[in-house]
Amino acid sequence: MATLQFDLVSPERKLASAEADEIQIPGSEGDFTAMADHAPVITTLRPGVLRVITGNDVTEYVVTGGFVEISGTSASVLAEQAMPKSEVSADVVNEMIAAAEAAVQGLEGAEKDMADKRLADTKALLDAI
Amino acid sequence: MPNLKDLKTRIESVTSTRKITKAMQMVSAAKLRRAQEAAEAGRPYADRMNAVMANLAGASAGAEGAPKLLAGSGDDKVHMLVVATAERGLCGGFNSSIAKMARAHAEKLIAAGKTVKILTVGKKGREQLKRDFGDRMVDHVDLSEVKKIGYVNANSIASDVVARFNAGEFDVATIFYNKFESVISQVPTALQLIPASFETTDGEESPFYEYEPGEDEILADLLPRALSTQVFTALLENGASEQGARMSAMDNATRNAGDMIDKLTIQYNRSRQAAITNELIEIISGAEAL
Repeated sequence: MATLQFDLVSPERKLASAEADEIQIPGSEGDFTAMADHAPVITTLRPGVLRVITGNDVTEYVVTGGFVEISGTSASVLAEQAMPKSEVSADVVNEMIAAAEAAVQGLEGAEKDMADKRLADTKALLDAI
Repeated sequence: MPNLKDLKTRIESVTSTRKITKAMQMVSAAKLRRAQEAAEAGRPYADRMNAVMANLAGASAGAEGAPKLLAGSGDDKVHMLVVATAERGLCGGFNSSIAKMARAHAEKLIAAGKTVKILTVGKKGREQLKRDFGDRMVDHVDLSEVKKIGYVNANSIASDVVARFNAGEFDVATIFYNKFESVISQVPTALQLIPASFETTDGEESPFYEYEPGEDEILADLLPRALSTQVFTALLENGASEQGARMSAMDNATRNAGDMIDKLTIQYNRSRQAAITNELIEIISGAEAL
């Protein structure tokens, strides 16, 4: 089966680089899975869990935002913050929720909707881990 | 002619100076490696971000309703200079070369009748620019407590700049920093932040991407991040440059101290010899007189 090159980079370092069979991505417009020969897409991420599947191995990362660039042969995830799921505890998520809650304050209109959505996504993350 | 005791104290003092500069050089060498690794590690993200932004920006640059961060405020009157320097001195011409470049740029703008505002990052640049442009300084970012520059630091600087831009405080923002070429060469660089400019990748044909959500939303979402990334890259380059500059400055200082010790030692020995000869002559002529 054809694989695609998966890269996970944060501004500070390259977190992962591997061949993967499929990648499940929490896109801001909905989750989707990218496999080899996927149509080129650039999409933003919502806070959620990113799954990288290679054979029988599943590696999971918690991402908080950023974007992903997919071409037929590669998927590059540019995340502002990304951690292996095993390293993420409820405390970390609670901190993220607190930050998102603080961000909602004082906003109005469309911006508030965006921040609200982010908060809801972050809260959903608590169940996911 | 200084007396023997003075010479001896002098030699001792230069020797301890040499010890310090030598130690500083070693510390910088270690820090430089770390800073270089950090700069290296940040590159994939910055490159990707730049490529995507160049792609997006190219498409929407001329279009109606392009984001202001990209298109500019339509004016060119007020310039914001972000001057990024080190928190410490003793690193050769590192700080002065940035300050010099920023000063020249500011003077040129003022001569052209523009308003200049300065935001300094790092204490040394502030000190150097305060005398000439003290009344134009709008803010200062202190990184002296920061051990390792993180994306958070860059992000807070960038958001501050963006917030000021959105508040209409300025039209054009430029960041000044030293680009790291090698240990002996750091190039002062000016990079325009707002309106944002992204270098297009070297002729590489990019596939036609589908954007989700729309191109405009992505652009609006990514622009502030791209700015933070640019600031982050600049800070990382600056960090590596600072250590490189300090390393070569301290290397020079160590060598100069060594030369000085040699010279002083020769002088000391000569004086000692002269003193002994003098004493002998005194004794001999004293004996002859008897």
